[in-house]
Amino acid sequence: MNKSLLILKREYLTRVKKKSFIIMTLLFPLIMGGLTVLPTYLATMDDKEERTIAVYDPTSLILNKLESNQFTKFHYIPEQEYQGLKTDFKSGKYYAILYIPENIITTSRAEMISDKQITFDIKNLVTNRIENIIEGEKRKAVVDQTGVPDLEKKLAATKTSITVETIKLGEEGKAVKSSTEIAMAIGYVAGFLMYFFVLMYGLMVMRGVMEEKTNRIVEVIISSVKPFQLLFGKIVGIGLVGLTQISIWIILSIAIATGVGSFVGHGSHETIAQAQNIMATQGVDQIAAAAPAQTNATLEILHMIGSLNIPLIIFSMFFYFICGFILYASFYGAIGSAVDSDEDAQQLMMPVMMPLIFSIIILFAVAKNPEGPLAFWASIIPFTSPIIMVARIPFGVPAWQIILSMIVLLGSILGSIWMAGKIYRTGILMYGKKVNLKEIVKWLFYKN
Amino acid sequence: MHFFLCNIIRAFDTDNKVFKFLIMDIFQANNVVKEFVGHVALSSVSITVKEASVFGLLGPNGAGKTTLIRIINQITAPDSGELFFEGRPIRSEDIYQIGYLPEERGLYKKMKVGEQALYLAQLKGMSKRDALKSLKYWFEKFEIQAWWGKKVEELSKGMAQKVQFITTVIHQPKLLIFDEPFTGFDPINTNLIKNEILELKKNGTTIIFSTHNMSSVEEICDHIALINQSKKILDGQIDQVKEKFKTNTFEVIYRGDTPDMDNHLGANFKVLEHITSEHQKQMKVKFLNGNSNNELLKILMNQFEIVSFKEIIPSMNDVFIHVVEQNNLEIKL
Repeated sequence: MNKSLLILKREYLTRVKKKSFIIMTLLFPLIMGGLTVLPTYLATMDDKEERTIAVYDPTSLILNKLESNQFTKFHYIPEQEYQGLKTDFKSGKYYAILYIPENIITTSRAEMISDKQITFDIKNLVTNRIENIIEGEKRKAVVDQTGVPDLEKKLAATKTSITVETIKLGEEGKAVKSSTEIAMAIGYVAGFLMYFFVLMYGLMVMRGVMEEKTNRIVEVIISSVKPFQLLFGKIVGIGLVGLTQISIWIILSIAIATGVGSFVGHGSHETIAQAQNIMATQGVDQIAAAAPAQTNATLEILHMIGSLNIPLIIFSMFFYFICGFILYASFYGAIGSAVDSDEDAQQLMMPVMMPLIFSIIILFAVAKNPEGPLAFWASIIPFTSPIIMVARIPFGVPAWQIILSMIVLLGSILGSIWMAGKIYRTGILMYGKKVNLKEIVKWLFYKN
Repeated sequence: MHFFLCNIIRAFDTDNKVFKFLIMDIFQANNVVKEFVGHVALSSVSITVKEASVFGLLGPNGAGKTTLIRIINQITAPDSGELFFEGRPIRSEDIYQIGYLPEERGLYKKMKVGEQALYLAQLKGMSKRDALKSLKYWFEKFEIQAWWGKKVEELSKGMAQKVQFITTVIHQPKLLIFDEPFTGFDPINTNLIKNEILELKKNGTTIIFSTHNMSSVEEICDHIALINQSKKILDGQIDQVKEKFKTNTFEVIYRGDTPDMDNHLGANFKVLEHITSEHQKQMKVKFLNGNSNNELLKILMNQFEIVSFKEIIPSMNDVFIHVVEQNNLEIKL
């Protein structure tokens, strides 16, 4: 065992010390974090720019109804100035000119003229405001025509927005607010992470075994240690590299998420305030009433994440990564020992890749119906359970299913290690012979 | 027990005077059989390797040499047969007393030379401290200290072979097994390694040496075993083996007129070859029955002036080819 430790140490250190590993491990969460932070950051940057928009409104429909806000100001100009600006835009120092045509009620078209690309946000803001004003005008006309008292208020009262809250009964019969969307998102991410890790580190074992075989160093090493000790040390060493990476990623993501969370929280407050501002100017109190619900959304998401069994999710991720990795790594190690070249490896890899690919394919169906028979069987069968069970756990899985799945997986690992040891021992010294699956199965029954 | 006593005597016997008579078998294989699916790799092969000697393991490709070597290294187990190390049944710890340089050998390409040598030495059971001390000695001896921090992929094939040689002998094993150790070396390095092998032997290390290079067998081996088609077909001290295969043929170089030899020599001798050039006249004569050398000399002396007269001893190369071809013919029949 002492020798396995020595091998394990070498396998671990050579990989962890690699530049590519360090860069990948540190950079990946930063890139992911950056991808979330950057757009938000840029968006808030834009918002802070002060812009004045010249409005030429021959219809007088929206005259003085377009309220300026903190960053976007509206300035009404007469026709003369409008004509002047159209020929010489630069003289006006405006961001854009908004032209409301006479027939806007019928055509529903307005124009915004600028010498630069008008930003999405500004376009949205202007569109929304004009829409609201015109809508108000039309409604007013209808109300005037019909003469029903308080019609406007009555119409406004029919506006509804419904939120269906999903509530999961907890173990103690206590109602816990849950979110299918969030469980699905977390299940998805966890499932993909499992797939990614099991595949990446499983293949790393295969490449390691092949490297030793093609470098012809393996015979020297197995004259000092038993082949099984070498394979064992390699699998555990590489597994630890994987655990190191997962741990660093988890810690960094939590750190970054906290950072991003406060950042986004800050930003969203501003937007909500802005929205309230708009609605207030339009005097539509009913819509404005929905705003507090929105403000609470982030909080609610956090609350719902809190309702998930986070320790169980993290524990199951580690458990299923370790076991799933050992299961697949022993297969990949066995394949690596049996082949001489990458091409041969590719062929033999297919049967071992299939269950992993299958898991990813059914992952979506499982996330949609986490209680169905497909989800159940896929989370018990050891070849798919490392991915499917981890994806199901955020939805809540009965304890007996988790225990059954874990026992089946542990038992399969014992079998796969035994098998890999047998194949490895024979394969590693077999050169210049193209092997197929049938041949490999025969090796299982060789005496050493 | 015997071995233990021998070691005590050896400790006091600095000049190797007594020890010479106490040489024992460091390794012994009795009736080793190994079968793979579809073919027999070794059928009842027995060898005995004396301590502090060089044992040549010879045979054509695919004869079963590598299988035997792997069995000695406990990489594979024999189907049947007994293995003894230092006089007792071999144990798994004995692999730390064995150094093995396989024919197909390599190193981790991306790993640094020093780190790798240290790792391999530790795998052979050395402590880090001892390994570093010992590596320092060998690196200085081979003048390769500058390679310590280099990656293996930066080394030439010959350089890597030197590193491999060091990692094989680093843990001072009692038994060394070299499978084709000279491939990839230039003549200077071949000589260097050859001298190292002889020095290791002088210091009491036993060496099993497998090669197709028969001239190096003659230079360094004391004892050989020849394996062909999974069976041992020849075994013995190298000089005795050669003695056994000599054909009673003599080479005579002479001056003077060339006589009609067939008339003079009679029925007991046969001239195999007669070469006359401007500078030298030479012939090969074979004894047909057990005549003595002097008898031939007497006859020849009367004919011409003899410059040299010597018996032709077959080279190991000749013996190898002769014995293997003979054996293959027998098997076919």
